[in-house]
Amino acid sequence: MKILVCISHVPDTTSKINFVENDTKFDTSGVQYVINPNDEFGLTRAMWFKEKQGATVDVVTVGGKDTEPTIRKSLAIGADTAYRVDTEPLDGFQVAKELAKVAKDGEYDLIIAGRESIDYNGGMVPGMLAKLIGANFINTCVSLEVEGDTATAVREIDGGKETLKSSLPLVIGGQKGLVEESDLKIPNMRGIMMARKKPLNVIEPVSADALTESKHFTKPEPKGEVTLIDPDNLDKLIDLLHNEAKAI
Amino acid sequence: MSILVYTESENGKLKKAAFEVASFAKGIADLMNTSVTAVTINAENVDELKTYGVEKVLKVSNDKLSKFNADAYAEVITQASKKEDAKVVVVSQSANAKYLAPLLAVNLEAGYASNVVTLPVLDQGFVVERTAFTNKAFNMTSISTEVKVLGLSSNAFGLKENEVSITEEDFSPDLSEDNFGIDVQSVDKNKDKVSIADAEVVVSAGRGMKGPENWGMIEELADVLNAATACSKPVSDMGWRPHSEHVGQTGKPVATNLYIAIGISGAIQHLAGISASKNKVVINSDPEAPFFKAADYGIVGDAFEVVPQLIEKLKEFKANNS
Repeated sequence: MKILVCISHVPDTTSKINFVENDTKFDTSGVQYVINPNDEFGLTRAMWFKEKQGATVDVVTVGGKDTEPTIRKSLAIGADTAYRVDTEPLDGFQVAKELAKVAKDGEYDLIIAGRESIDYNGGMVPGMLAKLIGANFINTCVSLEVEGDTATAVREIDGGKETLKSSLPLVIGGQKGLVEESDLKIPNMRGIMMARKKPLNVIEPVSADALTESKHFTKPEPKGEVTLIDPDNLDKLIDLLHNEAKAI
Repeated sequence: MSILVYTESENGKLKKAAFEVASFAKGIADLMNTSVTAVTINAENVDELKTYGVEKVLKVSNDKLSKFNADAYAEVITQASKKEDAKVVVVSQSANAKYLAPLLAVNLEAGYASNVVTLPVLDQGFVVERTAFTNKAFNMTSISTEVKVLGLSSNAFGLKENEVSITEEDFSPDLSEDNFGIDVQSVDKNKDKVSIADAEVVVSAGRGMKGPENWGMIEELADVLNAATACSKPVSDMGWRPHSEHVGQTGKPVATNLYIAIGISGAIQHLAGISASKNKVVINSDPEAPFFKAADYGIVGDAFEVVPQLIEKLKEFKANNS
C-alpha cells in the first residue's frame, strides 16, 4: 500500500496571534512552527500501516523553504520520502490543486490529510483534493483500517459516529482518534539522523489560480470584566442568566 | 439567478440550523436584489421556511439518500444550483455540511469560504468575514469566482423572521452509482442526548472533577438545562470522557448560547475553541484560573459543593418558569 500524508506547517497552538503589514500578514516573529495536529494524528496512523502492513509512507507539503524543518520532522518520525511543492499558496483550493498533481503522479492508494489546519481553519483541502483526483473521501475520520483494497473508517458526526466502507484510492480528513495523543511519536536521535539522508524533493508548482484571497485580519474585541458571584448566592447567577444573558 | 441554500433535515424534520442558513441567505438576497431558493433532501414539511424568507423550495425525495452521503448530497446541491443559476450557495457548518461543501465547491468551480460570520460586503467585489486561528482572529476573505459557496458558522447570524410566500417544487436530480462510492454501514447516534453542535447550552468539565466517577453531577446539570456535555483536552486524553466531547483548538469548536465550564482552568487552546459562545460561566476553586478572564460570570468555589446546589436551584427555577 502506498500512502501519502499531507502536512501543513502551522503555528504551535500556544502561539500569540498577531498581524503585521497593516494587518494583512500573520506575524511570524517568535512563533514556533509544528506539524498541523490533525495531520500528525494521520501521520502517526500511517506509521502504524508501515509497521504492521508494510506500507510505504510519503509526505508532502505546499510551501516555501521555511516549511522544511516541519517536513523533515515527518521524515524523522518515520516517513520514507518527502515532497515540497515550492510555492506560497494563497488559498485552500490552490493547495488542493498542487496536492492533486503529486497524488496523481504517485498513484497512492491512501491519502491522509487533517480535517483542517489550525491556522486558517479552512477545512476544504482534503475534500477538494479527493474531488480533483476522483477518489472517495471520508471527513472527520477517527478510525481507519485497510484490508486488501477496502478501507473501513469511522467518521465523527454531530452527536455520534458512522461506520463507512470505501474502495481505494481514498482520501481522508483525519483528526484525533485515528491514534491517541499518547501514540504521537517524538523523533529520536536515530530518526533525526536518518531523516537527514532521506530524500526531500522540491517540486515546481503547477501554478493553479487561487479562487479566494485573504484581505486582512482583525482581532476580537477585548473581553469585559467577569461578574463574580458568591457561591452562597446561586440565585443571583440564575437571575443574571435568565434576565441579563437571557440564556436560560 | 437566485441565492441557493441547503436546508438540512433529520428524520424528515428541518433542523434549527436550516432556519439560520435560510435567514442568512435572505440577507444576501436582499443585498443582491434577488430571492432565496432552498433545496431539501427527504424533508417532509418545508412550509416553515417561508418564515425566514425562502420563496421557493426544491424538494428532493429519494430513498437512496435516506442516509447522508457527502458526494451524492453535494451532487444534488450542485444540480439544484445549476438549475436555479445560483450565484451564491449557502450551507451550515454542521459535520455533514463541512464534509460536503468542498466537494460542492469543486463541482461548481466555486471559491469556498468556511466559518463565515457576517453578510458579504459587496462594494469591492465579494468579501466575507470568517473566523481563523480557532476564533483568535477574523479574516476578511474575497471570493473571485462567479459562483461562491459560503459555510455559515453556527449561531453567528441567528434566526431572522422575514415572511414571504413560498412555492414548492419536486426536484429529481440525476445520480449515478459513482456518487455512492462510500457505503454507510451503520450510524450510531445518541438519540436521547443533544449534540454539542445542536445544543443551546453546553456543560463542560475538566480535571477539577478529579476522576470520571464524578461526572454524574455534570450529566445531571446538563439534563436540567437540556444541555450537551463536553470536556477539556486532558480529560479526553486521560480517557475519562470520549474524544467526541473534547472542546478546543484540536477538538470541537463550541458556538453556543451558554457555556458552563466546571473545573477547567482555561488553557489558551480551550478558550479559543469556546470563544464564539455568547455567555460563559466558570466555576473553579482557583481564582487565578485563566478562565475567569474569558468568562462573563464566575464563581470561585468548590465544584463538588456548588454544582449540586446549582442543580437544585435550577430545578426550582424550571418548575416555577415552565
